Amino acid sequence: MVIKVSPLGRKLLRDLWRLKMQVLAIALVIASGVALLIMALTSGEALRETTNAYYERYGFADVFASVKRAPERLMEKISRIPGVKRAESRIVHIVTVDISHFAEPATARVVSLPSSGVASLNNIALRKGRRPKRERVDEAVIGERFAVAHQLEIGDRILVLLNGRQRPVFIVGVALAPEFIYVIAPGGIMPDDQRFGVIWMNRDALAGAFDMEEAFNDVSISLTRGTDAEPVIDKLDALLERYGTVGAFARDRQISNRFVQNEIDQAATMAVVLPAIFMAVAAFLTNMIMTRLIATEREEIGLFKAFGYSNASIAWHYVKMVLAIAVLGIAAGFGLGSWLGQFMLQMYGENFQFPFLIYRPSPQSFAIAALVSVAATLLGSMTAVRAAVILPPAEAMRPPAPPTYHRSWFSKTKMANAVDAPTRMIFRRLARWPVSAALSMFGIALSLSVLLLALQWDDAINEMVDDFFFRSHHQDATISLFAAAPARVLHDISALPGVMSVEGQRIVAARIGHAHVVRRQAIVGVTGEATLVPVHDVSRGAIAIPREGVVISSTLADVLGVSYGDAVKLEILEGRRPTGEIRVVDIIETYIDTPIYMHLDALSRVMRESRQMNTVHVRIDATRRHLFLAALKETPRLSAVSFRKAGVQMFRDTVEKNIMVFIGFYTIFSCLLAFGVIYNTLRIALSERGRELATLRVLGFSRAEVSYILLGESGVLVLVALPVGIICGILLSGYIAEQFSTELFRVPLLIKDATAGIAAIGVVLTVSLCALIVRRRLDQLDLIEVLKTRE
Amino acid sequence: MIALSARGLSKTYVMGEIKIDALRAVDLDLYEGELVVLLGPSGSGKSTLLNILGGLDVPTAGTVTFRGADIIGSSEAALTGYRRDHVGFVFQFYNLIPSLTARENVALVTEISRDPFSPEDALGLVGLEARLDHFPAQLSGGEQQRVAIARAIAKRPDILLCDEPTGALDSETGLLVLEALERVNKELHTTTAVITHNAIIADMADRTFHFADGRIARTVINDHKRAAREMSW
Ligand SMILES: Nc1ncnc2c1ncn2[C@@H]1O[C@H](COP(=O)(O)OP(=O)(O)OP(=O)(O)O)[C@@H](O)[C@H]1O
Ligand SMILES: [Mg+2]
Repeated sequence: MVIKVSPLGRKLLRDLWRLKMQVLAIALVIASGVALLIMALTSGEALRETTNAYYERYGFADVFASVKRAPERLMEKISRIPGVKRAESRIVHIVTVDISHFAEPATARVVSLPSSGVASLNNIALRKGRRPKRERVDEAVIGERFAVAHQLEIGDRILVLLNGRQRPVFIVGVALAPEFIYVIAPGGIMPDDQRFGVIWMNRDALAGAFDMEEAFNDVSISLTRGTDAEPVIDKLDALLERYGTVGAFARDRQISNRFVQNEIDQAATMAVVLPAIFMAVAAFLTNMIMTRLIATEREEIGLFKAFGYSNASIAWHYVKMVLAIAVLGIAAGFGLGSWLGQFMLQMYGENFQFPFLIYRPSPQSFAIAALVSVAATLLGSMTAVRAAVILPPAEAMRPPAPPTYHRSWFSKTKMANAVDAPTRMIFRRLARWPVSAALSMFGIALSLSVLLLALQWDDAINEMVDDFFFRSHHQDATISLFAAAPARVLHDISALPGVMSVEGQRIVAARIGHAHVVRRQAIVGVTGEATLVPVHDVSRGAIAIPREGVVISSTLADVLGVSYGDAVKLEILEGRRPTGEIRVVDIIETYIDTPIYMHLDALSRVMRESRQMNTVHVRIDATRRHLFLAALKETPRLSAVSFRKAGVQMFRDTVEKNIMVFIGFYTIFSCLLAFGVIYNTLRIALSERGRELATLRVLGFSRAEVSYILLGESGVLVLVALPVGIICGILLSGYIAEQFSTELFRVPLLIKDATAGIAAIGVVLTVSLCALIVRRRLDQLDLIEVLKTRE
Repeated sequence: MIALSARGLSKTYVMGEIKIDALRAVDLDLYEGELVVLLGPSGSGKSTLLNILGGLDVPTAGTVTFRGADIIGSSEAALTGYRRDHVGFVFQFYNLIPSLTARENVALVTEISRDPFSPEDALGLVGLEARLDHFPAQLSGGEQQRVAIARAIAKRPDILLCDEPTGALDSETGLLVLEALERVNKELHTTTAVITHNAIIADMADRTFHFADGRIARTVINDHKRAAREMSW
């Protein structure tokens, strides 16, 4: 087949080939933007679809509530609440699990399965084995991650502490469930598959063990299509009031779902900010290269017009060139983006527990990415192409008017005499084209800021770890008790082998409200002399708990709209369920969770009970740790134990693995950005000044001296770009941190000098690489060529 | 005394199948302080020779010696040094740096040479003392060319090479430029070679080389030098 290429078409191909490195540099910037956009769009979409399908298929409920103990006959009333499609009761408890080969006691949420049939709400997705047989009280299905973490197989036996009695339980199946996509221990901040899992057992088994015959302590509700959850929640709360509810809540506050939705939202944020930066730079680079190309082709454009080519065909010629660059970038970005999207989804699969992953990227994501890139590049080249179109042919044939330079006030000063002519050339040019210089500078600054954004994550995570695990917590282990006990429980625990010091807290479920906002948040009652786990502010450190009032975290204060001295409504959801107003006596900054603190005595007074505790922090003698663990496994009152060291490890493992991958990607992307900007800036400067530089070589300037003039200009731009980029990086990191902050985590904005330094060095290295490449071209300047021609 | 001497200079351009002999075994001596004019049809090799003499280009064969030292085999750095210290160039298209004023264009060269004139003096020599702080865009073609001459002579070069210095100028302006060259040659005793298409200019030369087909076809010694002022075309 013979393809006939028109002369203009051939010119297009030759131009592209001649400018291949520049075209490639721009295409890579576009590809990065497209890839980031597609990654965010497709992975967010896949996560949403997977979650929705999972929820649909396994009947994830719409409203949840738990009570202390309610009679089963209440379920009938509940199902009659208008809007309720189906209501199901369960028995759910936190239990300790003793697994041989694992020294520490693990904790699990044990959830009842209907003794006959299959639940229609919050059903399990069986991965292996079977459900417990009817009537069997010693069979269990366990969560997949928990099984994997302990290498538990079907037929293995574990010991479960059910209501103070240890019972052997046989594993008959392994499963996942839509309510446990993200499994996190109560009060925990990270999933820890070894120490916290899910166990499903027959309802009869749990009813027997927890004295719940004809009763339940957990209810799930699905709503008829289009029903608003709020009125149902209110009615449900009213029904459950007398049975010790801590308040019903909808999906949006269900912990697992919250994490998943949060991740989907974050993907949406990522689909906007960073791709926008890359596209803006791509637009600018396209503008730069097209403006230069059209400037050098003035005479040809005039000639084509003189030959009778229409303005439209000339515009179309240049637009095709722009499109070619865009298409190149889009194609590369499509490939890279779908790969990254799948990679992200795989990572979601690691952090979240799904029985299946749906990756069916819609053509929309790709269409959006392509459209955005084409729009950005066309927009960027618009002024350049317009200049080609409006150029009258007669004028085009004449050389352009020489640029007029001006002497600045500075060059007339004495000091200016010390400046040599090459340096003067650098500054005159920058002053002559301040807009393009500023844009180039800003392009470099943006790449620095993206790099800084990537690198600072490590700092931020470290600061979180430091603050939460080291500065604010000093215990080795934390023991949660089943029920609050009088203060002498501390003596019992300090009698355990290896315990060096103990400190008790009272944690009670509560609702805190102000104006129309109400939040559920546990209140931590701390003693005045707390040192292991004192009230802690990220910048003020340990704070003595005032004898009266509440200390709340600033995030909660913002949610509630309260400030220092305001009174908040407090509703304790345990014991006598007292309510009242209490004054905010301090507001503290925390990175994790939104804690509320009260003095233990004040809390006891509010609760109208004697000093009681349900959480005990201990320090352990490391050499006797094994004895301590062994003793714990036999302590009946304990519901859970967590170790600070394990927490740090878990946090680091989970977060850092993910973060490092991202730091890697973004480092590459930001270097591509820097490369794209600098390389094009330098090549265009070289093209504009080749003649001048060759003249200087003729006059006896050495290669190094000539390079100084060309590269010095970029040097100045980089020098200005470094501080600007660091400021932009701080702003960008701050923005992203704010977008990513949740009520559970707030990523601190903390950029170490060293990190800023490394980012700056990264950009300087990229720039140097470009400079080296361009320097080689500079060395090959044809000295004679420029003397023969008028510019 | 011989300032610059070329022996057996050849330059062959190979373009695929075709070979172009731009120079064919040219021998040439330039004496200290003389002014020579190179004449010849287009494509006869004048520029090629001048570029080789100035260290901008290398011949395919042959030698160039400057005050007894070979400049052909020397390194890129040595060639740069040769241009910087000994040679001044003036071109048809001036090749001024648009971002620098007249004074600064000259300073460009004086900053890197050993014993230069001040830029003001150099510009004074070509009659531009009133235009010191003008940018090239603010100067006429003839004025720009005179700035180029000032820039070329400011470092007191031993050899001044001019490739069609009046090529882009009308006759009156061209004369001003020639006067400047003449003055430099006379007052500074700079060995000067001027390429031109204008045979009349040969009248101001000590010797004239007529080029044809890559060779010096004829050398004419001028016994009656005329001052630039007396010429017209
Ligand atoms: N880079 C090159 N590649 C191929 N051929 C060249 C090159 N440079 C010059 N030539 C050829 O060498 C020959 C001599 O060229 P040169 O520039 O020396 O001529 P000239 O006498 O200066 O002509 P003019 O008076 O037009 O300036 C010409 O035939 C030209 O085509
Ligand atoms: Mg010539």
